[in-house]
Amino acid sequence: MSSNEEGWKEIAPAGVCSKSSKLFLTGDWKTYMPIRDKAKCTICLTCVVFCPDGAIHWHPEKGDIEFALSFCKGCGICANECPTKAITMKLEQE
Amino acid sequence: MKKLVKQERVAMSGDEAIAYAVKQSDVDVVAAYPITPQTIIVEKFGEYVADGEVQTEFVCTESEHSALAASLSASATGARTFTATASAGLALMHEMLFVTSGCRAPVVMAVANRALSAPLNIHGDHSDSIAQRDSGWIQLYVENAQEAYDSVIQAFRIAEDFGVMLPIMVGLDGFTVSHTLENVETLPDEVTKEFVGTRLLPNVLTHENKKVPFKLDPDNPMTMGPMALPNYYFEFKRQQDEAMKNALAVIQKVNDEYAELTGRKYGDGLVETYRLEDAEIAAVCIGSTAGTMKTVVDELRQEGIKAGLLRLRVFRPLPVEEIRTALENVKAVAVLDKSLSFGGNGGAVFHEVRHVLYDSKAKPYVVDYVYGLGGRDASPRELRGIYQDLLQIVNKGVQNPIQYLGLRE
Repeated sequence: MSSNEEGWKEIAPAGVCSKSSKLFLTGDWKTYMPIRDKAKCTICLTCVVFCPDGAIHWHPEKGDIEFALSFCKGCGICANECPTKAITMKLEQE
Repeated sequence: MKKLVKQERVAMSGDEAIAYAVKQSDVDVVAAYPITPQTIIVEKFGEYVADGEVQTEFVCTESEHSALAASLSASATGARTFTATASAGLALMHEMLFVTSGCRAPVVMAVANRALSAPLNIHGDHSDSIAQRDSGWIQLYVENAQEAYDSVIQAFRIAEDFGVMLPIMVGLDGFTVSHTLENVETLPDEVTKEFVGTRLLPNVLTHENKKVPFKLDPDNPMTMGPMALPNYYFEFKRQQDEAMKNALAVIQKVNDEYAELTGRKYGDGLVETYRLEDAEIAAVCIGSTAGTMKTVVDELRQEGIKAGLLRLRVFRPLPVEEIRTALENVKAVAVLDKSLSFGGNGGAVFHEVRHVLYDSKAKPYVVDYVYGLGGRDASPRELRGIYQDLLQIVNKGVQNPIQYLGLRE
């Protein structure tokens, strides 16, 4: 394997992570991406609670939410759960 | 030499002896599901819990898969954890066995060895745990109830050693050991507690770049057993193989320390040799059959036949050097397998013993005797026949390397 990764004697046992998952960008896995219609969104934060990847962040200072698209895998749960249908899933390449 | 500790002799079955050893070993969590012939272990331990004799958290799960999931989870928080199963229960744990060893959780599990269905059979053979030999668990096989008691106490020390940190199975033959009453010498509670000690935890580096004890703890979060892709998975598996190698010395050390305390030792901890020093023919077995075999060896010795026995107490990690040293000067070896690898040219113990002897200077003849499947008894007379076959093999060579002992044609 590449020489900049540690050997078996150096890493912690049991796969204990020595690096944060913040370094592992999973956003490029997605096919569909969430698009929010701000006019429909009531900022109820249902999507924040349901996102399995913690990729929708609540910013109290802005009073708004933000999609972390570098981590969003495009599962569409947010769109499905949104009570006002403010989120739609679009093909990323469009 | 240190003075031996005063012990109390109690009549117990192998299962009861294990429950008693767990009671004395300061175990934090027991999560289990009952299955014959292991049931008495869980029942008896349940009584200790109900009577307030232990402080252990006792979890009755709805299946063996859950029993091991709960045991692994408890162990991951730093708790000393025990479970027990047999046969189909162990088979249902299959997935979690690998998760437990991969998470380096030192869970101790008693396996009352029993045949696998179908056809349904509740009696003793080694099919269940031998089928799990590559699951990353240390495997001990005991000869009698006394060794079952002693080995469970030792198992916590072995599994929790920093160089090992692996789960361990202690196999006892279903009914032959699990349900048979024997005299068992037991240690005083405080002596056992001191011998097993408190579970200690090594420090590991986390994603927060902190060195903290290896346990799930909200104050010092860490991720155990996450996804490891082709760039890391292999390294973690290599670590497990190294931990297995480290276990060889730890098992020996614990066996020695236990002997100083109790006067009882099981060979060098890994293998037990019986009248092998000048033996010309030898048998190899695991489990309770060794008891009968020793009687057979004694009879043959009285008749001037140089017979010996090697009992593998530990099957994983395989004591390669010890097996080779014990057998390389013998002319012919018979391996006894209480399980069968269908279409695999004999049983697993045979495969491994023969593999070890391939590197010996004077390769002895090695033959396999599959026996006792589904709890079929192997009488002293039948076992004696194995040695008589070996005498023929020494003179005439091997005719048929795989034999089925006690099978109707």
